[in-house]
Amino acid sequence: MEKKRFVPRSFLIEVLVLAGIFTLVQYLIVSGLLNEYYQINLSSMCINIILAVSLNLINGFTGQLSLGHAGFMAVGAYAAVVVTTIYSQPFILGLLAACLAAGLAGLIIGVPTLRLKGDYLAIATLGFGEIIRVILQNIDFIGGPAGILGIPRYSTWPWLFGLTIFTIVIIVNLINSSYGRAIISVREDEVASELMGINTTNYKVLAFVIGALFAGLAGALYAHYFYIIKPSTFNFLKSFDILVMVVLGGLGSTTGAVIAAIFVTMLTAALQTFPAIRMVLYAVTLVVVMVYRPQGLMGNKEWGRRTWGRIWGEKNEPLANK
Amino acid sequence: MLEFLQQLINGLSLGAIYALIALGYTMVYGIIMLINFAHGDIMMVGAYVGFFSIAVLGSNIFAALIFAMLSCAVLGVLIEKIAYKPLRNSSRIAALITAIGVSLFLEYFTLFLLTPQQRVFPEAAFPLHKYQIGGLLISNKDIFIFALAVILMIALQYIIKRTRTGKAMRAVSLDREAAILMGISVDRTISITFAIGSSLAAAAGVMIGIYYNTINPLMGIIPGLKAFVAAVLGGIGIIPGAMVGGFLMGILETMVSGYGSTLYRDAVAFGVLILILLVKPTGLFGKDTGEKV
Amino acid sequence: MLDFNFHLEDGELLGLIGPNGAGKTTVFNLITGVYKPDEGNIIFSGRDITGLAPYTICQQGIARTFQNIRLFKDISVLDNVRIALHKDAPYGLLKTLLRTPGFFQGEIEINKKAREYLQIFNLEDKAGEIASSLPYGEQRRLEIARALATKPTLLILDEPAAGMNPNETRELMDLIRWIRKDFGLSILLIEHDMSLVMGVCERIYVLDYGQVIAEGLPEEIRRNKRVIEAYLGEEVG
Repeated sequence: MEKKRFVPRSFLIEVLVLAGIFTLVQYLIVSGLLNEYYQINLSSMCINIILAVSLNLINGFTGQLSLGHAGFMAVGAYAAVVVTTIYSQPFILGLLAACLAAGLAGLIIGVPTLRLKGDYLAIATLGFGEIIRVILQNIDFIGGPAGILGIPRYSTWPWLFGLTIFTIVIIVNLINSSYGRAIISVREDEVASELMGINTTNYKVLAFVIGALFAGLAGALYAHYFYIIKPSTFNFLKSFDILVMVVLGGLGSTTGAVIAAIFVTMLTAALQTFPAIRMVLYAVTLVVVMVYRPQGLMGNKEWGRRTWGRIWGEKNEPLANK
Repeated sequence: MLEFLQQLINGLSLGAIYALIALGYTMVYGIIMLINFAHGDIMMVGAYVGFFSIAVLGSNIFAALIFAMLSCAVLGVLIEKIAYKPLRNSSRIAALITAIGVSLFLEYFTLFLLTPQQRVFPEAAFPLHKYQIGGLLISNKDIFIFALAVILMIALQYIIKRTRTGKAMRAVSLDREAAILMGISVDRTISITFAIGSSLAAAAGVMIGIYYNTINPLMGIIPGLKAFVAAVLGGIGIIPGAMVGGFLMGILETMVSGYGSTLYRDAVAFGVLILILLVKPTGLFGKDTGEKV
Repeated sequence: MLDFNFHLEDGELLGLIGPNGAGKTTVFNLITGVYKPDEGNIIFSGRDITGLAPYTICQQGIARTFQNIRLFKDISVLDNVRIALHKDAPYGLLKTLLRTPGFFQGEIEINKKAREYLQIFNLEDKAGEIASSLPYGEQRRLEIARALATKPTLLILDEPAAGMNPNETRELMDLIRWIRKDFGLSILLIEHDMSLVMGVCERIYVLDYGQVIAEGLPEEIRRNKRVIEAYLGEEVG
C-alpha cells in the first residue's frame, strides 16, 4: 500500500492521446488542411470547455447556483485586452491580468452574495453579471458600448489547447482532494458540513473565486481569438449558454461539462446553416433534454482514470479516488 | 416639484405594467417555486396577439385585450403541461433551465415567424389625448393603463381571497401535500395559476404596445427581468409585494431616466435587486424562515 | 421558550429525555451553534463558546449526529468520513493543485484513518457504496463514525436509536459504551427509547416545556412523580 508505485499506465496513455490530438491538429492547421471554419469552432470548443468546467465547479460541485459567469468572462477579456492592446504588453501578462482581475471580481462579488441560497443567489449573480456589463458600457477608456476592435490574435492552438488542459487538470486536482471533498460536502448538506467543522463560507468563496478566475482566462482567450470585444457579448444570455452546457453535461461531472461543451459548440456550428431556425432548434433541444434527462448526460459520474484503466485492463486503483 | 410630480405620473403607468407582470412571476413562484423565465415572453406574445387583432381583425382595444388575455392563458397552461409538469419532481435547476429553454423558444419562434421587424401599434385603436392639469401633462394612455391595471389587480385579489379557486391556490402554495389530502386537485390549481398569471402578462403586453407604440419579438426580455426584480423587491411569492414592487420599480426607473443617465437605467434595476437581496433577501413583505435541523 | 441550566462532567454519559416538543433538539442546536441563545452562556472545557459559528464549535471538540439522519447522501461512505477528516489533511492548496508526493502521502494517511473509523462501525466493506443506499441502521452508524472522525471530546447523539429494532438498539448500547471508554469522551444523548437511556446513561436530565423538571440517576428518574406526569400517556421504561 505504502510502497512507491510506478506511474500508472493509464496516465501515460492519457498523455499520449492528448499529445496525439495536439500534434494532429497542429499539423492540420500548419499544413492548411483545416480551414478557417473548423479552426473557429475548435477554438470556441476550447473556450467553452474552460467556461463549462469552471462554472461546473461553482454550480455542480459546490452546489451554488451562479448565473453571472459571463460577467467574469467579460472582466477577464477586458483586463487582458487593456494589457495587450492598449498597453501593448505580451500575451502572457494579459492572461495573468485576466485571471487576477476576474478572480478579484469573484472575491468581491462572492463574499457578500454567497450568504444567499438557491434562487436568491442565482438572481443576485445574474444581477451582478449585468451590472458588470453596464459598467463596462459606461467606461469610455475601453470603448463604451462599441467595445474594443483590432485585438491581436494571440490565442493560437497551442495556447488554447494547453490552457484548456491546464484548467481541467487544476479543477480535477482540486476536486479529488480534501478541499474538493469539503466543497462537495457544502453541496450535499451545508448544515451538516458546517457541523463537521468545515468553514463552509470559505470553501464556497474559494470555489467561486477559482471558477471566476478561469472564466476570466476564457474571456482573455476569446478576446484574442475574435479580434473584437464589446459589452453586449457578455450579457446574461451568454451566462445561460454556459449554464446550459453544465446542466446538459450533468451537474458535478467534469467529464459531462467537457462533453456538453463540445456538443453544444458543434450543435451551434451545425445549426449555423439554418440561421432562421437555429435558436428555435437550440431551445427545443434544451427543453427536450431537460424533460427526458433532467440529471444531464452524465449525472454526477465521471470517466476517469478508473474507467480508462478498466478499458486497458489495468488493475491498480488510483490513489485519490474512492 | 412639478417636475417630480410629472415623473411620478409617468412612473405610475410604467409601474402598473411592471406590477402586472410581477404578479405572474410571484404567483408561479409561490405555487411551484420556479422562476418562470418565459414569463416576459408570454407578455410579448400577448402584445402580438393584441396587435394582430387590432391591425388585422380591426377589433377595438378592449376586444384585443380580452383576446390577448385568453390566448395567453391557454399558452401559459400549455407551457406548464408540456415543459414544467414533467420536471415537478426534478431538481430546481433542471426546471430553471427548462424555463430558459421555453423563453428562448418563444422569442426565436416569434422571430422566425414574424421577422425581427418592429411593428407599430395602430394609432387609430387608441387615439392619444393629452390633458393639462395644473401644469402637469397627463395623457389618456397613462390613465387607461393605470386604471386597467388597478381593476385587474382588484379582480385578482377578489379571486384569491374570495373564491374556491383562490383558496385552493393559497392552500397548494402553503403545503402541497396537505392540499392533496384535503381533496384539492394540484394539477388543476397549478394550471389555473398559470392561466391567470399569463393573462395578466398579456394585458401588460398590450399596455406596453400602447405605452411604447412599438413591439418586437425580443421586447419581453428587459421588462420581464425588471418585473422579476419587482417581484423579488416585494418578496417573491407574496402577491401584494409584487404590486408594490412593480410600482416602486416603475417610479424609480422614470426618476433615474428623468434626473440621471438613461445608460444606467437598466443597471438601477439590478442595483436595487442586489441591495434588497443583501439587506433583506425575503423582500419588503417577506418573513424570514430559518432552516429546520 | 427554553430556560434551563445543566452541566456535564468530563467523561460522563449523560442522558436528556422529555416528551415530544420539550425542547431537547433545541438544546443540541444551541450547544452546536445552529441557533444562538438569547441569554446565558455555554461553557465548554472552560471556554465560552456561546454564539460561535458551528464549524468553530466543532473544531473545539463537539461533534453531533442528527435526529433525521443528515449524511452526505450522494457520495460514498468513505467520502463521508473523509470529509470529517478534512482538518487532518497535511497538504495545502498548492500541493493539492500540483499533486506533489506530499499530497499523495497525505491522501494515503487520510484513507487509512477513514477506513479505521469504518472498521469500528463494521462498515468497512461498504466503503465504496453511496451513503443513501445503506440500510437505515447502517446510516445511523455511519453518522456516528463521521462525527467521531472530527475527534470530539464531547459527542452529542440525537435519538440514535430512532427507527431501530430492539436487537439493533441493544447493539448500539454496547457500541456507545465502548466508544466512550475507548475514545475517552463525554457523551450527551437525547433519546425517546427509555430502555436505551436507562440502560447506558449515568445521569439523566428530564426536560419539559423548556424547563428541567428532574435530574438524577436512572433509578431516581424512574420513580420521579413529575416525570411520570410529564410522560402520562407515554411509555416509561
